[in-house]
Amino acid sequence: MSVLIFAEATKGQYKKNAFEAVYYGSQLAKQLGTEAVVFTIGNGSNAAVLGQYGANKIWNQDSSKATDSQVASALIAQAAEKAEANYVILSNSALGKSLTGRLGVKLNAGVVSGVTSLPDTSGTPCVNKQVFSGKGIACYELKSGKNILSVMGNSLKPEVVGSDVAPENTSFTEPSTGLEIIETKTVDGTVPLPEAELVVSAGRGMKAPENWGIIEELADVLGATTACSRPVADTGWRPHHEHVGQTGVAIRPNLYIAIGISGAIQHLAGVNNSKTIVVINKDPEAPFFKAADYGIVADLFDVVPKLTESLKKFKQ
Amino acid sequence: MNLLVCISKTPETTAKISFTDGDTKFNSEGVQYIMNPYDEWYALVRAIELKEQHGGKVVAINVGGSDNDIIIRKALAIGADEAVRVNGEESSSLFVATQIANYAKDKGFDIVFCGKETINYNGSEVGPMIAELLDQPFVSFASKLDHDGSAATIERDIEGGVEVVKVNGPFVLSAAKGLAEQRIPNMRGIMMAKRKPLEVAEASAVDEKVIVKSYSLPAGKSAVKMLDPENMDELVRLLHEEAKVI
Ligand SMILES: Cc1cc2nc3c(=O)[nH]c(=O)nc-3n(C[C@H](O)[C@H](O)[C@H](O)COP(=O)(O)OP(=O)(O)OC[C@H]3O[C@@H](n4cnc5c(N)ncnc54)[C@H](O)[C@@H]3O)c2cc1C
Ligand SMILES: Nc1ncnc2c1ncn2[C@@H]1O[C@H](COP(=O)(O)O)[C@@H](O)[C@H]1O
Repeated sequence: MSVLIFAEATKGQYKKNAFEAVYYGSQLAKQLGTEAVVFTIGNGSNAAVLGQYGANKIWNQDSSKATDSQVASALIAQAAEKAEANYVILSNSALGKSLTGRLGVKLNAGVVSGVTSLPDTSGTPCVNKQVFSGKGIACYELKSGKNILSVMGNSLKPEVVGSDVAPENTSFTEPSTGLEIIETKTVDGTVPLPEAELVVSAGRGMKAPENWGIIEELADVLGATTACSRPVADTGWRPHHEHVGQTGVAIRPNLYIAIGISGAIQHLAGVNNSKTIVVINKDPEAPFFKAADYGIVADLFDVVPKLTESLKKFKQ
Repeated sequence: MNLLVCISKTPETTAKISFTDGDTKFNSEGVQYIMNPYDEWYALVRAIELKEQHGGKVVAINVGGSDNDIIIRKALAIGADEAVRVNGEESSSLFVATQIANYAKDKGFDIVFCGKETINYNGSEVGPMIAELLDQPFVSFASKLDHDGSAATIERDIEGGVEVVKVNGPFVLSAAKGLAEQRIPNMRGIMMAKRKPLEVAEASAVDEKVIVKSYSLPAGKSAVKMLDPENMDELVRLLHEEAKVI
């Protein structure tokens, strides 16, 4: 018995989603009185740090095809078998989402993706996940002795509970597949939206794309990532990857500042798990105020530069 | 090309969510259902475009009861050539994926299209399960797809960017925004849909490994604090001292 955690590296670095998965898995291992074994692909050198979040052992397999779901799931399945794991934990990231279902079939295990808390293992185990785009919570009963869980980002705060662990190399069999990875194009410099702690988002209230300067300046001072509502991305005012909501990216940052966004239910579905929501809108009846922690009824063109000034003062 | 598109039914996006039977069932009373937007707007339309380009056929598949026929007809009206409904209650992702894989297994589809996720269970589970059951590559969150008849070049969304991949041979894909532009069915399409074949197949049994035991609603937000627009220093103070987020 053990808990196997797949820790995913992005450009050779372990980031928040990996720490969250390792911490979740190690807490679960502790709860079950067993071991937390971390498995990584193609990146052993930086993996030692994962010991700080509770890994008892770290295994690394060299491969350049970590993002091919057929390869990664085959390797993770072999690691799970070697570790005799009864839980496999992943991040609910883009990669994690392409692996969870595959692993469930491969290992003949139960699958719950996007879990938000540790399972209750006192009786027949059950675990919570959000459904209906955050409008409901479902408690899943785990009827199988083996389960694959993927951890929703920002649903727990990883803590340092141990120290570095030296990775060991594994030599599992890598399958050949029909998929070839050509290249990865990422936007450099900013934190990608799903990982961002602070987000400044704007909607149609901005009137035109050339007005975004005040949003970028505010985001800059805060160190925040920018986002937008769907019509803004659809009309090409902002790039597609900034679109948040039910049909865009779902986020759970610590702070979400919504500027000139009405708060349509489909928009809220992607952002209502933010810890703190600030809404700036000139219409006091805007539905977004019902989902907000702090509200400001004002013209955004007046108030946003003022907020930026106040933040500059605060940062000094 | 021989293309299969998995279409699912979800509550309309503004539907009020509540539960019945001691919080063990979704309360569907008064809820309008729609075709899952990712399936309709992106997966189905891109499949139809590929057929228009290369010839072949588009088959739409749904796992569910006869009340789903209305969304299946819509898929036919948009341009699918034929449809199949596997009759059964969609009790879990594994159940759905097993039915679809069983249907697809010996029919030589070049691509099986799914949506990125359903907006009710947000699982993103069905696609990778089908891929594993068929032992094929899976390309998640495709936002661009070109196919030259033998190989596909695909851009798929990853955190903060895209990954470009090339696939030889059959594969399973999940469709994200950008893959195609929504098509509205026209009168001719709606009329033609009535004459297109809708096959009904029986579901096979699946050994369920997870089941929903109960539902609940998320804890409500406490009332919003309205602030003076002339005093942004106060907002900064509250974010720092009260909310502790900066
Ligand atoms: C199936 C489906 C899925 C969808 N998915 C998404 C999704 O994922 N994400 C999403 O965002 N939307 C989504 N939508 C669209 C959604 O319903 C709304 O239409 C959209 O969110 C509105 O965007 P908005 O708030 O920017 O614009 P609007 O609704 O036009 O709101 C603009 C707001 O700006 C305010 N405003 C105007 N001028 C000023 C000013 N000078 N100062 C301050 N405030 C000002 C106005 O009072 C208004 O509240 C979806 C819709 C459907 C049907
Ligand atoms: N009952 C169903 N019938 C056919 N396809 C489905 C069904 N449920 C889900 N799918 C497909 O699987 C995708 C992902 O669903 P999910 O794993 O529930 O997020 C959907 O976008 C559909 O393409």
